[in-house]
Amino acid sequence: MPKDYGIGASSKRREDVRFLTGRGVYTDDMALHGQTYAVFVRSTVAHGRIRSVGTEAASKMPGVLAIFTGEDFKDVGGNPAGWLINSRDGTPMHEPKRPVLAHGKVRHVGDAYAAVIAETYQQAKDAAQQISDDTDIEELPAIVDMRAALADSSNRVHDEIPDNQCYDWGWIEDNRAAVDAAFKSAPHVTTLELVNNRLVPNAMEPRASIGEYFPGTGDYKLTTTSQNPHLTRLLVAAFVLGIPENKLTVVAPDVGGGFGSKIYHYGEEALVLAAAKKLARPVRWTAERSESFLSDAHGRDHVTKIELACDKEGNFLAFRTETMANVGAYLSNFATVTPTFLHGTLMAGPYKVPHVYVNVKTVFTNTAPVDAYRGAGRPEATYSLERVIDKMCRELGLDPFEVRRKNFLTTDMFPYTTPVGLVYDTGNYHATLDKAMEMADVAGFAKRRADSAARGKLRGMGLSTWIEACGIAPSNLVGILGARVGLYDAATVRVNATGNISVMVGAHSHGQGHETVFAQIAAEKLGIPESSVEIVHGDTSKIPFGMGSYGSRSLAVCGVAMTKAIDKIVAKGKKIAAHMLEAAEGDITFEDGKFSVAGTDKAKTFGEIAFSAYVPHNYPLETLEPGLEETAFYDPANFTYPAGAYICEVEVDEGTGKVDVVAFHCADDFGNVMNPMIVEGQVHGGVGQGIGQALLESTTYDENGQLLTGSYMDYAMPRAGDVPFYNVDYSCQTACTHNVLGVKGCGEAGAIGSPPAVVNAVLDALHSGGHKIAHIDMPVSPGRVWQAING
Amino acid sequence: MQLSDVKTIKASPETVWAAILNPEVLKLCVPGCEAMSGSVEDGFEATVKQKIGPVSATFTGVVKLSGIEPGRAVTITGEGKGGAAGFAKGGAKVRLAPVPGGTELAYEVEAAVGGKIAQLGSRLIDGFAKKMADEFFTRFQDALEGPDAADEEAAASPDEAPKKGWFKRLLGA
Repeated sequence: MPKDYGIGASSKRREDVRFLTGRGVYTDDMALHGQTYAVFVRSTVAHGRIRSVGTEAASKMPGVLAIFTGEDFKDVGGNPAGWLINSRDGTPMHEPKRPVLAHGKVRHVGDAYAAVIAETYQQAKDAAQQISDDTDIEELPAIVDMRAALADSSNRVHDEIPDNQCYDWGWIEDNRAAVDAAFKSAPHVTTLELVNNRLVPNAMEPRASIGEYFPGTGDYKLTTTSQNPHLTRLLVAAFVLGIPENKLTVVAPDVGGGFGSKIYHYGEEALVLAAAKKLARPVRWTAERSESFLSDAHGRDHVTKIELACDKEGNFLAFRTETMANVGAYLSNFATVTPTFLHGTLMAGPYKVPHVYVNVKTVFTNTAPVDAYRGAGRPEATYSLERVIDKMCRELGLDPFEVRRKNFLTTDMFPYTTPVGLVYDTGNYHATLDKAMEMADVAGFAKRRADSAARGKLRGMGLSTWIEACGIAPSNLVGILGARVGLYDAATVRVNATGNISVMVGAHSHGQGHETVFAQIAAEKLGIPESSVEIVHGDTSKIPFGMGSYGSRSLAVCGVAMTKAIDKIVAKGKKIAAHMLEAAEGDITFEDGKFSVAGTDKAKTFGEIAFSAYVPHNYPLETLEPGLEETAFYDPANFTYPAGAYICEVEVDEGTGKVDVVAFHCADDFGNVMNPMIVEGQVHGGVGQGIGQALLESTTYDENGQLLTGSYMDYAMPRAGDVPFYNVDYSCQTACTHNVLGVKGCGEAGAIGSPPAVVNAVLDALHSGGHKIAHIDMPVSPGRVWQAING
Repeated sequence: MQLSDVKTIKASPETVWAAILNPEVLKLCVPGCEAMSGSVEDGFEATVKQKIGPVSATFTGVVKLSGIEPGRAVTITGEGKGGAAGFAKGGAKVRLAPVPGGTELAYEVEAAVGGKIAQLGSRLIDGFAKKMADEFFTRFQDALEGPDAADEEAAASPDEAPKKGWFKRLLGA
């Protein structure tokens, strides 16, 4: 019987009660006395020199309280990149300052160069339009195409960067000669050029921020849509506005999805704080959906050439890739690490390939900044690998299942150091592949294909096997690689006098279900009901510290921090119990919520111990502090390495090019599973986004840098009818060896593993119909399929 | 976005040339044009009201003429600002050549849009631009050619569109 409580139970998501009944409290829901409204004036051209910003007429318009331009912030610090990446020749990356408001030049459509604060939203909006009409910007030729950007040094996104290149990174540079040699002598080489399409994150809740300033104390408060409130506090306070960290509170209340786009600090947050101080009134801003399209950090956008060297039996000898990664107009906080250490280090996949070399050139263009988006670098790596492997199988007439199987690392090889620098601690890739094949009834495919054919459809099956490095991240390692922060996390467990507990966690839940899962773990560890545990997150004044939620790290890092804090609570509880039960501390055991003297029936409940800690009438005060509250920081020893196998079946209509995903099977190894229902939900959401990327979503800029897909009329999001009923399994569990929960992380898996499975399936279908098509770039839209079929 | 076409107008190249340079003609031929003033030398100022998909806006802008070869060729460039809707800009190269019975008018148009029109209406722009161009040249043709037999009946009924051949009559051609 499935467990109905604690670790491993599918406890219902407690937060959903408020989300589904309209009682969530999001940033935009908060009404404040004396509040004012900010509206940003955004560039309508992709690249231009600002001759003058026309604020005069606007400043006299009704309700206008203040106008800010780039001039007001030209001396404040810039928003930095979180990682310093060096080029192959050892030179550090170009790191242009990212201003609060554009100054001197505008660099993408949507680049904010002024902001109006007014009494009402409409007044602010009207004045912003007036500024836009009165502003003189000399339009410059837009830099949109990455190849052109690198080739033409006469046209620059940032005047000080001649070739528009942020860095030219090689991984691992010392291995390059050996990789090249492996290619020279290889019996077979498969080459594939592909595009990993740019995506707009499209969180359901747009970005929103409220700045407050309290003149009495000099304190600031920022309420904002953040996945990462402590990082935002650090960036705003120390790097951008120069506010002492202890004078700024950042609150990220209920947040309606992020997918990466809300990890970063944005200029709008700094602006509402600066404006709140100037006016001594709250200043609020909520993005319109159009602004989200233009100014949220986008995802992916790689152009890659990948080569696979192998023998005639399909044994991998080497991979080599050359990638151009678009960072857009400015460096967003994680923009430099996403195409490098979150991408290049995964280019060995789950395979025993001896040689791998990755080259990434990161390019500035006059487009919205690009940063981590669900999966962040790892989907790009997986897509390149799984597509080129599929192409190789077809070229050599090999079975794609068998080729994966013969190249997989085997369970006796762990811990395994990859040629791209990671140490996989554990896994069982054969098990997940076997499971997926069983779930997908691979043996029955021929019959299903015949059935589809009878209905006039081409049926295809596509496989993708994926691995990611998540649970980000060991600080000492990432420090060597260029990270400018530590990537531990923290939790405080506060036992109240009445025995219930509040847990303050550094992870931030914006849809994941932390309030449920963290409570399950705490309840199980302390032997108390889940309902006695409250999870507090998203407020820097309440939680000890945190590095936020992204990179499938919440449970594997913050969950472990919480577990360590609970261990400290139990250790202290044993001391209190030993005193109360008049026994040696070493003889006290803790089980099912009871502290007992081993071998006797003498016991105190968790509640009794808590009460004693706060009402210490009978308590060892000379050796032990009263109270029962513990904090733990946890820095992981390694990344975690979830992995899995995905099988997709599609039907393709030859006449129209339309692709229908008719089945999708996921066999994943996430290590130990805390709440199966939530894991399934995470996989569903991730695969849905992956199918969106594979079939529907396209972010298109024209040659002038105008965003042509700036609304849901032109940007196709996956809808319920575009996705099948998912078949999800997580029973192949190899527990993570270096964290006490044995968890690996499941948040990004679906978005990593699914795009290549879909595209491989489409090509399989087309080949079955005699269409010898080597590749179709995502999104594999009906138009592209039809064109491929019809030349 | 680019489009080009060739039209044959039943009027002499001199008549066609004069019409192209006449702000009154342009005002009546540009769909949605609410005002047009100025001169060949200084350029024209125009106000045009249009709706592209979900975006409707009044564009104000300046139109300049260059590359003038009297009676033979002219390049018309312009940029219009549409406030919250964004902007449109572009140019048309027009060449005239005499043909039996009239004038062959060849045009090549290049246009670009920016801001909200691009974000919301890009997929409508090509069709919209083609429709605008067709409408312009149909009106232009009508203004110069005068009524043919089939149109006599239509011309008799009151209509917002200017009566055919009005420019020709104006010139006494």
